[in-house]
Amino acid sequence: MTEVVMPQMGESIVEGTLTKWLKKPGDHVERDEPLFEISTDKVDTEIPSPAAGTLQEVLVEEGKTVGINTVVARIEDGAGNGAAPAKPAAAASAPPVQAPAPAPVAAPAPVAAPAEPAEVAGPLSPLVRKMARENNIDLSRVKGTGAGGRITKQDLEAYLGERPSPAAARPAVVPLQAPPAPSTYVPPAAPSQAKVRVEPMSVMRQKIAEHMVMSKRTSAHVTTIHRVDMTKVAKIWARQKEDFQARYGIQLTYLPFVVRAAVEALRTFPIVNASIEGTNILYHNDINIGIAVALENGLIVPVIRNADEKNVLGLQRAIVDLAARARSRQLKPDEVQGGTFSITNFGSFGSIVATPVINQPQVAILGVGAVTKEPVVIDDAIAIRSMCYLSLTFDHRLIDGALADQFTAKAKAVLENWSEEVL
Amino acid sequence: MLSEIELRAEAGSGTLKRAPRCEWRDLGRLDYEAAFAIQRGLVEQRKRGEIADQFLIVEHPHTITLGRNGHMENLLAHEDLLARAGVAFHHTDRGGDITYHGPGQIVGYPILDLRAWNRDVGAYVRAMEQVIIDALADFGLAGERVPPMTGVWVAGAKIAAIGVHISRWVTSHGFALNVTTDLSYFQYIVPCGLVKPVTSMAALGVMARREEVIERLVDHFGRVFDREMTGEFIYD
Repeated sequence: MTEVVMPQMGESIVEGTLTKWLKKPGDHVERDEPLFEISTDKVDTEIPSPAAGTLQEVLVEEGKTVGINTVVARIEDGAGNGAAPAKPAAAASAPPVQAPAPAPVAAPAPVAAPAEPAEVAGPLSPLVRKMARENNIDLSRVKGTGAGGRITKQDLEAYLGERPSPAAARPAVVPLQAPPAPSTYVPPAAPSQAKVRVEPMSVMRQKIAEHMVMSKRTSAHVTTIHRVDMTKVAKIWARQKEDFQARYGIQLTYLPFVVRAAVEALRTFPIVNASIEGTNILYHNDINIGIAVALENGLIVPVIRNADEKNVLGLQRAIVDLAARARSRQLKPDEVQGGTFSITNFGSFGSIVATPVINQPQVAILGVGAVTKEPVVIDDAIAIRSMCYLSLTFDHRLIDGALADQFTAKAKAVLENWSEEVL
Repeated sequence: MLSEIELRAEAGSGTLKRAPRCEWRDLGRLDYEAAFAIQRGLVEQRKRGEIADQFLIVEHPHTITLGRNGHMENLLAHEDLLARAGVAFHHTDRGGDITYHGPGQIVGYPILDLRAWNRDVGAYVRAMEQVIIDALADFGLAGERVPPMTGVWVAGAKIAAIGVHISRWVTSHGFALNVTTDLSYFQYIVPCGLVKPVTSMAALGVMARREEVIERLVDHFGRVFDREMTGEFIYD
């Protein structure tokens, strides 16, 4: 027979409320299986059983508050009849002590010290490091515009220009009557009797806003639109979507076909997979394709790395996985970085043609319109074909119109003459 | 690149002993249920020792939640009325009574193994209050405790609520701090069963951006719990 007691949940805690029995008298319970729940000071805790056996009797009913070490139940474990009180396994048997250092999983991967956090992209020049130190700048807050997001002296100067003075950023504790230092706060709009509701933008919204304007300011946006006959792809899709779903457990869409076509075009025209740094062109050896994913209140562009190494199945898997994890907020930071080209599938929302904004520092983005059946003239006869408009927005600083059209024509040709197995 | 030891020395930490790591993440606006599912997954992983401590930050759409030992009479509106007002209602397994979550509120869900910190639920709750009090101080607000109640108050009005669940010393749920919360939604409930006013940072004249407040909370969380915080903003 094992007696189950109200555990001590902390030094200052002398009693607890038994909120719920998770087992009934007569139930079998395993050792360490949750047996009951207690509530102490806004904390609900599941208490595991101290022994395996049959819950024989419950001495404290739900809702009752009892002192610690009060016997709340007895478990028949067939081990003699000496009622040796046993404390629940989870409870601290000795008075609680500050747990000693050996933290379970805490052998941490190297993480830089506060002065220079690890998130800072790329190596830092001695000058940048010195400036950061002298001005006490947290480099993780500085946006790098150099190669690979590297922070340059200009970035630091720009940051210093906009940063509030340290005194204003950290106002001392002041009595409530004194208004807080205003410099970093947006003052509330004049109370206009509920004609307008003030809500600060979310960080994501601010980032999107900044990025969009920055992109428009940076690149010379031009969009070219090609009409693509998707009939062949549509037939493959219609014929194989059920087998595909059955075999791989994911839905087949048009998007991986378009990604595959874009990869072929990027291989043929590597300048579309490049970026600009100053007066240099950076050609990226990896083809990492960002896929725009709409969220409830925003947009995120997770990246399919080495998209050129994947077939339709691999691409479809990557798209489904990234989109699902984007929507459930499970992406890791490095999964939204390092893209070399982007694709946005506004067709899934019904749009036929749009002119997307380039995802900096890339130089082009491909927009995919909805696939719709249309009357098309072929050899002076009207046929019904599955059509789709591909919009390529490119940075005219680097890419000329002729090349942009050759690129899009290449993607179009891959789609119209699709020859790869899908299943 | 400086070696890590040099970096440490530069930072003036004076010791090479490193605090356990805690990963923080801002999940942005997310349904209560979706965030709850993420918490459950992380709690199980934490129990198995597969991951470090976690500090999740989230903003819920209009939601009212009732703790395990909460009282339905503290819900002042019928569930139908809530549904019409676009407010979700959930029973949940945290401590505490009834509370409201909504836009403009920063909800923090620490998933800590208290065996690696301090096996004391009282100390845990007090530490969480301290994180909030210290963060509020950075914005010029004097947060305080009102014993024997749990939470943080400013000038007699409640600004942050706390409710926690513990299973095998691993914590879930946490706190909700009103930043720009529309306080009118609290009319539907008696918050935590207390007939006391609620407030927000905005109502006290501080229009802080969500990101700034999160940064201050993460910073103080690392200090108060002696954790090395790693993470960055990818969502809002």
